[in-house]
Amino acid sequence: MMNVDTGQRFDRETIIQLSQSQQEPDWMLQRRLRAWDRIGQLPFPKPEKTRIDRWNFTDFQPVQEEEGLASPEELPEELRSYISGDETDNLFIQKNSSPIFCRLSRELLAQGVLFMDLPTAVRDHGELVQKYFMTDGIQPEEQKLTALHAAWVSGGIFLYVPKDVTVETPFQVLFWAKGKGIGTFPHLLVVAEAGSDVNVVANYISDPDTEAVINGATEVFAGDNSRVRIASLHTQGQGVTEAAYRRTVVGRDADLKWIVGDLNSGKTLSDNTTHMKGSGGNARIKGITVGSGDQRSNITSTVYHWGTHTESDMTVRGVMKDQAQTILNGITKIEKGARKANGVQAEKVLMLSEEARGDANPILLIDENDVQAGHAASVGRIDPIQMFYLMSRGLTRQEAERLLIFGFVGPILETIPFESLRERITSVIERKLG
Amino acid sequence: MSTTPKLTIKDLQVSIEDKEILNGVNLEVKGGEIHAIMGPNGTGKSTLAQALMGHPRYEVTGGSVSLDGEDLLEMEVDERARKGLFLAMQYPSEISGVTNSDFLRSAVNARRGEGNELSIMKFMKQLDKKMDQLGMDESFASRYLNEGFSGGEKKRNEILQMLMLEPRIAILDEIDSGLDIDALKVVAEGVNSMRSPQTGFLIITHYQRLLNYVKPDFVHVVMKGRIVKSGGPELAERLEAEGYDWVKEELGIEDETVESQS
Repeated sequence: MMNVDTGQRFDRETIIQLSQSQQEPDWMLQRRLRAWDRIGQLPFPKPEKTRIDRWNFTDFQPVQEEEGLASPEELPEELRSYISGDETDNLFIQKNSSPIFCRLSRELLAQGVLFMDLPTAVRDHGELVQKYFMTDGIQPEEQKLTALHAAWVSGGIFLYVPKDVTVETPFQVLFWAKGKGIGTFPHLLVVAEAGSDVNVVANYISDPDTEAVINGATEVFAGDNSRVRIASLHTQGQGVTEAAYRRTVVGRDADLKWIVGDLNSGKTLSDNTTHMKGSGGNARIKGITVGSGDQRSNITSTVYHWGTHTESDMTVRGVMKDQAQTILNGITKIEKGARKANGVQAEKVLMLSEEARGDANPILLIDENDVQAGHAASVGRIDPIQMFYLMSRGLTRQEAERLLIFGFVGPILETIPFESLRERITSVIERKLG
Repeated sequence: MSTTPKLTIKDLQVSIEDKEILNGVNLEVKGGEIHAIMGPNGTGKSTLAQALMGHPRYEVTGGSVSLDGEDLLEMEVDERARKGLFLAMQYPSEISGVTNSDFLRSAVNARRGEGNELSIMKFMKQLDKKMDQLGMDESFASRYLNEGFSGGEKKRNEILQMLMLEPRIAILDEIDSGLDIDALKVVAEGVNSMRSPQTGFLIITHYQRLLNYVKPDFVHVVMKGRIVKSGGPELAERLEAEGYDWVKEELGIEDETVESQS
């Protein structure tokens, strides 16, 4: 494989150069090469009901150096609006392959919190990273895209919160893609030790005219009794094909709340998998997707219950207009021995036009008797009787439709942890549906 | 508009799925008047209400309706509402994710028009007052629109909307069905509090019960898809005492419904 325009070689040698340029220890280079050597044998993922064989995942220039920022003020205004409030402590920004800004408050540094770009973490906290990076979360050999990620990951952010440390203000992460023919591999690794409490907001953004392949990974380890809140919000432009793999391991009595906003305008492959390992863990996964134009998206949310008394709740809603299509897959798997587990899920699609398509596929797989589980799914259009009711009170057709749409996604939007972000996302949705 | 409202219905014919339900209704409702439309089930009373509001399932096949001299049937549903027509529905929709107060504020401001919107403070004050008047708990404001409401709660919510929107012509479609006597009194008080030359009422009911609390000026009996008899409040009382059989006999009607016609 080779990028024709740039002549940059997409091969083993370039991986070695990349690793050397980031001054990585040998174990990291070996992991990259092992993944690279497997790529040929590994298949592409096969998401349920979406053909991705013509999506571009492999034609791009893998590494592009960008200059650092002295301050987030130097960002374009559009991007700054994704950063919540004036809070720029605990902020990481990556442009394409390069971390360009990272700041951690002194207080948190003193408490032992680590928040640094992945290359630095690999060098300075090798043991810790080696333990968590692409081991029990995402595994390089899952399929071709995860192997590509493992081989080419550049930049990325490592967040480590020590035992019993509570951090109120959210860690903010911004992955920004800009340019043509680029490929990026954003990686977010979060390790929340036992009893810790952490909030993370990760934004994935591209400039409107960007043409890119984005192959991202998020790994979250929620230790025993920890409390983790995370929001992943994707607002990539039309020329972007994005695969986003997210894996969480939830410890004993840990509490995970995750909101995923798949609000891209291009092609989206989104996969969110949660492993409820410890007993008594609780996970609430919410998802929202909005499609317009001739967009395609495939969004799969999976929860594996391994521990006893584990609870999960997945709620995903999609709104499709124009000729957009989405497939929402929900899988709740209760393993043998996960007694008293309770897993519920609901996927709903609202279609706003005749040509829009949606599919909701809830799947329960249960290998244990002593459990509870439930699922719901629906795919439908705007109800003309509800429209009549709202319009009979004087609301225009447009206003009535807007109320019904926001009523549909409202229960998800409400769970976005910060008001400024909620407003931002609301306006993204409004623009997409406008 | 400061003029007295006037709804004029002439020879109105309405079909549902190609089946004629109303075949020539004539009626005029003016501000300050309360008209009661009575009649047994299946005679077309609710069709009249729904067709006036513009329900998508009902097709007007003939006749005319004007509100304050303007052609009502030419207007979209929302335009009818903004001109001051209101329908308290028999089966209001449940709308998830939209709070009662957000919805009401959008509706009130739509009715008031651009540039004339109520501030949130003023709106909340008015809402509190009207909810209090109807004996509705504060929590109703933040609940999703009609979602999980009991039958009685839905009816109160319809009356709340009417009080907030201050329509010129209010149509109440079987607002009394499913209400206990206390709730009925509250609803009746709500209607009576709006009684003024600014508003005309068309109250559809098949019981006399509500009319004990809201005195109508005119009573009309609907059978076979049209008004077959009109009178004053004494007509309602006689219907309550004697039922509908004497009307049928007097007019030589054997089957009063529209369903078994054709």
